[in-house]
Amino acid sequence: MVTKKEIKLSFFIGLWFMVLTFPIMVIKVNTITNTVIFRWPNLLWVGIVCFFASLIWNYLLRMKEEKKKADTKDDIPIVHRLLQNEKFKIPFLAALAIFFLLYPFVFSMYHTSILISALIYVMLGLGLNIVVGLAGLLDLGYVAFYAVGAYTYALLNLHFGISFWVVLPISAVFGAIAGTLLGYPVLRLRGDYLAIVTLGFGEIIRIVLENWDDFSNGPRGIGNIPAPSFFGHQFGQHDSVIYIYFIVIGLVLMTIFFVNRLENSRIGRAWIALRDDEIACQAMGIDKFKTKLTAFTLGATWAALGGVVFAAKTSFINPMSFTIWESITILCVVVIGGMGSAIGVIAGALVLILLPEYLRAVAEYRMLVFGALQVIVMVFKPEGLIRSVRKIYKFKKVKE
Amino acid sequence: MEPILNVKNLTMNFGGLKALDTVNIAVEKGQIAALIGPNGAGKTTFFNCITGIYEVSEGRMEITPPGKSTQELKGLKTNVVTERGLARTFQNIRLFEGMTVLENVMIGRHCRLKSGIFSAMLRPSSQKDEEKKAVNDSYKILEKIGLEQYVNEMAVNLPYGAQRRLEIARALATDPFLLLLDEPAAGMNPQETKELDDLIIWLRDNENLSILLIEHDMKLVMSLSDNIHVVDYGKKIAEGTPEEVKSNPDVIKAYLGDESEDA
Ligand SMILES: Nc1ncnc2c1ncn2[C@@H]1O[C@H](COP(=O)(O)OP(=O)(O)OP(=O)(O)O)[C@@H](O)[C@H]1O
Ligand SMILES: [Mg+2]
Repeated sequence: MVTKKEIKLSFFIGLWFMVLTFPIMVIKVNTITNTVIFRWPNLLWVGIVCFFASLIWNYLLRMKEEKKKADTKDDIPIVHRLLQNEKFKIPFLAALAIFFLLYPFVFSMYHTSILISALIYVMLGLGLNIVVGLAGLLDLGYVAFYAVGAYTYALLNLHFGISFWVVLPISAVFGAIAGTLLGYPVLRLRGDYLAIVTLGFGEIIRIVLENWDDFSNGPRGIGNIPAPSFFGHQFGQHDSVIYIYFIVIGLVLMTIFFVNRLENSRIGRAWIALRDDEIACQAMGIDKFKTKLTAFTLGATWAALGGVVFAAKTSFINPMSFTIWESITILCVVVIGGMGSAIGVIAGALVLILLPEYLRAVAEYRMLVFGALQVIVMVFKPEGLIRSVRKIYKFKKVKE
Repeated sequence: MEPILNVKNLTMNFGGLKALDTVNIAVEKGQIAALIGPNGAGKTTFFNCITGIYEVSEGRMEITPPGKSTQELKGLKTNVVTERGLARTFQNIRLFEGMTVLENVMIGRHCRLKSGIFSAMLRPSSQKDEEKKAVNDSYKILEKIGLEQYVNEMAVNLPYGAQRRLEIARALATDPFLLLLDEPAAGMNPQETKELDDLIIWLRDNENLSILLIEHDMKLVMSLSDNIHVVDYGKKIAEGTPEEVKSNPDVIKAYLGDESEDA
């Protein structure tokens, strides 16, 4: 089961970590009495934990290699198999529908509210998935478009009293415009450069919002953003959460519906081709720049829609909601969930957002956990939790 | 009649290196022409120049598509060159790995289709018809090339020879009048090479195509070509029928190496 070589390797790794973590795990300076305390038992623990962690790690790596050798073709993820099988598809979807329909009535407002956040991330993740997962453009400033949406609602409502439902399409247009304006100059850049420029742009938007007091009310933010109304009727606090929940569910369904259609369309295929090989893609007659711009713009549109819902849900926004960490969280959702895989991204968003909420102990180390997850996923499942599966076309055999 | 491809005095500099030096190559309609030369002679560079992947330093590149007037290719973007009717394959296979075989071919159809982002989302009947037609057309191309058994496989999982053929299928899907093949037989076994030989002739006779191919397999080149162009160190050193080229002393020297240089 475990080879001698692995034991030896793990032994040295344990030893190495004992040396490496000695200053932080063993030495402790008591600054009041000015004494140094040596916590020797910690050293032993570090050694033992690292030894076993390394053993398990190496064992899993070996298992993965052996599995790869056993069958060259990856088996299809279970969710896809369920959806492909007509017998299971209907009950499976029905069960999901019932679960999400009853959720806000069975569980408390607190739980519903958390699920709303997660569902907003599903929307954002699916939007970013178009940009990063399908078109292969590393966008680290995605949160900027999220902010555009949120501030569009907050400001239009504050100054002109425009309601949620009217703002929703307006913000989509604003998001698209912002995406095009940014995409136009930066999409000529490649890979790393694009990542850096979008990262900068995301920060610029936040800094502008923080400092342009007259426009955005600065770091104090904008409060009293009204929840959506139902044909003029404004719900009480409790009902309002449930109402927003169903709005988000509706928007998520709409997103899935459109994304699914896009993925298997002329444009969607062009995105994937561009991601796989830029030169071959152009040589097949695809306009690189135009194709990139549509992906970028469409991603921005969805971020803006998410922003409006976010503003309506929290009823208060300030620039702190739109930091670089937000962009990174959404990117983690896409990468860990499965680049280019809508189902993967949905799963990724639910796992990554709900997990820290319910495991309060983890919440503090959110980024640490994301980082660790990222490494683990990249090593053991580089295609993400649920990898994408391409459409199968059926043909009648014409000739023998 | 005008040649369908007429390249005059093409020069391509990479810094100090002249990868192509005043090269003249013309391809007639319905011809199978070959471009040969030792490694590093500049053959792939020639393809990259006419397809707009490299910006040429000097020269003219004219095409005369059947039934259309003469056009200059210089300065056109790669995708526009493809739209005008030149399609190519790559020496180092460049398939789209995240897609199935059929989808790879459908990418070739891209520039002949219209539906955009809104019609993809709303799927009006025009988009549905177009999509259905694209799927069927692509499948037909796969049948012609003999790859229909792989239709839903991921492109990377195909055997090597089939991947080379898929590159040809994908190029065909763009409706070209001139097909540029960069070492289509590289890495193929004799059986696969034989099938490729038949396929190329079949394409010329049945698809109304002209073909310019780069190839190191001399047996294939000699049996296929109507006209052969030889380049060495970026310069064109010979042109003619297989017999003429075979007996040309400059060509023999280029391939066997100059004795005075070796000494
Ligand atoms: N992008 C580039 N930048 C600099 N030099 C290049 C570039 N592309 C090609 N070259 C050089 O141009 C010369 C011709 O290369 P090319 O790839 O056209 O040769 P080839 O005839 O296709 O050879 P092979 O038979 O090996 O494929 C080589 O010396 C190569 O190093
Ligand atoms: Mg070459």
